[in-house]
Amino acid sequence: MAKRPPLFIPLGDSALTVEFGSTISESLNQRAINAAQTIEELRFPGLVETVPAYASVSVFYDLVAVRRAFPGYATCFDAVSAVIANAIASARDSPSGQRAPIVIPVKFGGESGPDLDLVARHNSLPAESVISIFVSKIYRVYMLGFLPGFTYMGELDHRLDTPRKDSPRTRVDAGSVGIAGRQTGIYSLPSPGGWQIIGRTSLEIFRPSTEPPCLVGPGDRIRFVEEK
Amino acid sequence: MSLLIQKAGILGTVQDLGRFGYRRFGINTGGAMDRTAVRLINILLGNDESAAVIEMHFPASEIVFEAACKFAIGGADFSPELDNLSIGNWRSYSVQAGSVLRFPAKRLGHRAYLAVSGGFSADFWLGSRSTNLVAGVGGSHGRQLQTGDRISFADANSARHGPSGVISPAIIPRYGNYPTVRVIAGNEFEDLTADSQLAFEKQRYKISVNSDRMGFRLTSDPLVAKSSGEVLSSAVSFGTVQLLPDGQLIVLMSDHQTTGGYPRIAHIIDRDLPVAAQLGAGDGIAFHFISLAQAEALYFERERDLALFRVACR
Repeated sequence: MAKRPPLFIPLGDSALTVEFGSTISESLNQRAINAAQTIEELRFPGLVETVPAYASVSVFYDLVAVRRAFPGYATCFDAVSAVIANAIASARDSPSGQRAPIVIPVKFGGESGPDLDLVARHNSLPAESVISIFVSKIYRVYMLGFLPGFTYMGELDHRLDTPRKDSPRTRVDAGSVGIAGRQTGIYSLPSPGGWQIIGRTSLEIFRPSTEPPCLVGPGDRIRFVEEK
Repeated sequence: MSLLIQKAGILGTVQDLGRFGYRRFGINTGGAMDRTAVRLINILLGNDESAAVIEMHFPASEIVFEAACKFAIGGADFSPELDNLSIGNWRSYSVQAGSVLRFPAKRLGHRAYLAVSGGFSADFWLGSRSTNLVAGVGGSHGRQLQTGDRISFADANSARHGPSGVISPAIIPRYGNYPTVRVIAGNEFEDLTADSQLAFEKQRYKISVNSDRMGFRLTSDPLVAKSSGEVLSSAVSFGTVQLLPDGQLIVLMSDHQTTGGYPRIAHIIDRDLPVAAQLGAGDGIAFHFISLAQAEALYFERERDLALFRVACR
């Protein structure tokens, strides 16, 4: 399948988004993560940081440093776009590093997963099947957002597809594992939240005193195991 | 070498220019809302521009200097008084130990900044002293300032160095309570109906009470999108103006989440963020489109002003 060339979109006057597509897919996400890595390795003058998301990477830059290094362009946006387009085009299309999946133990149901029964009822399954279907898959971390260390992961088996709660909980405990549509995620910190909570891990996902401060990053793979 | 929060105000936090490099982990930059104000008073005091300051909302804290120091206030005008004598924003003052700083009345703006010569030495996390309230780290114990808190000066000789002076009004942001801020178009602007595209620039918006350091909810006649729904989540930025499902707008501010999936209608230009950052509930705002090239030119104009001011303060 021919790859659509990426779009370069201003994100304010000090950042731009390189958009590879508009759907959730592993290949688009991998292109975004590869591009982020290419740009980080390039470290062009003025680069502040890259933020990969589902099918895009946003690049934040310092205008003064960009202008100084690339004076020939009409705008800094043009300069950064050109530098990135060039780097992405010449980068080898490496598959993901295929780090071994990160194993996350989860206690399902009860106080740890107050919505397990709701997810089971919604999908006409016994609760045990929800657990066995859920842990049978390896999930990809598409991006982090919402909270420090909150992971957006997919893709959930269609048999577990359950919409968000109509009205979000005012507090979800740290470590809670939630479901929203075909996505799953881990609440890295206590927070209000609308995802259906099926379990909780005792693993610390967000660790402010370590570098990097999160156990998982974009593109990582996750395997859940049931903790009885 | 510190100051004491003798009586805490609301929403006082330690901030600097933000925490960069960790948005990919969902860790937002935080940092002062009005970064130009912070840079100006830091430069005035001979500090690094990114030295930590105290950000205050109204009512602001009552503060006792426990050691001699040089300080400056910038941003919102809360009618500062030093030992019961009226003082002004945007100038440096030398004080002796025991002096008391109060902010009796709000005149203009919603966020005032206090800097001391040499900066404050608050908790450092991932390259910044800004307070991240969600994670509970950085700044003063990762939380809002409380009565009895002591904030240390980074420099034991805070009283001695740094030039005395005043900041020229020409380089101070032009604050107002109903400003027109300049924006560039967002990627989904053209998804608005033709009528709503016209209305976006024409109408005035009120800042709702539901507004804080994360974002300002605006109220106006609802805007209508041609196709409903969300876009695939991607990174958003300080100043991004998003369309909510009910047709109202939200402007993302300093503590915004790193990613978002609402249509991006516009982005406030960096140059005008300080003006927006000084707004609060009950104020108004209007938007005016300019080109990206113009936005960049305005950015460079400010940077030239600050560079000249930096040279003048040496």
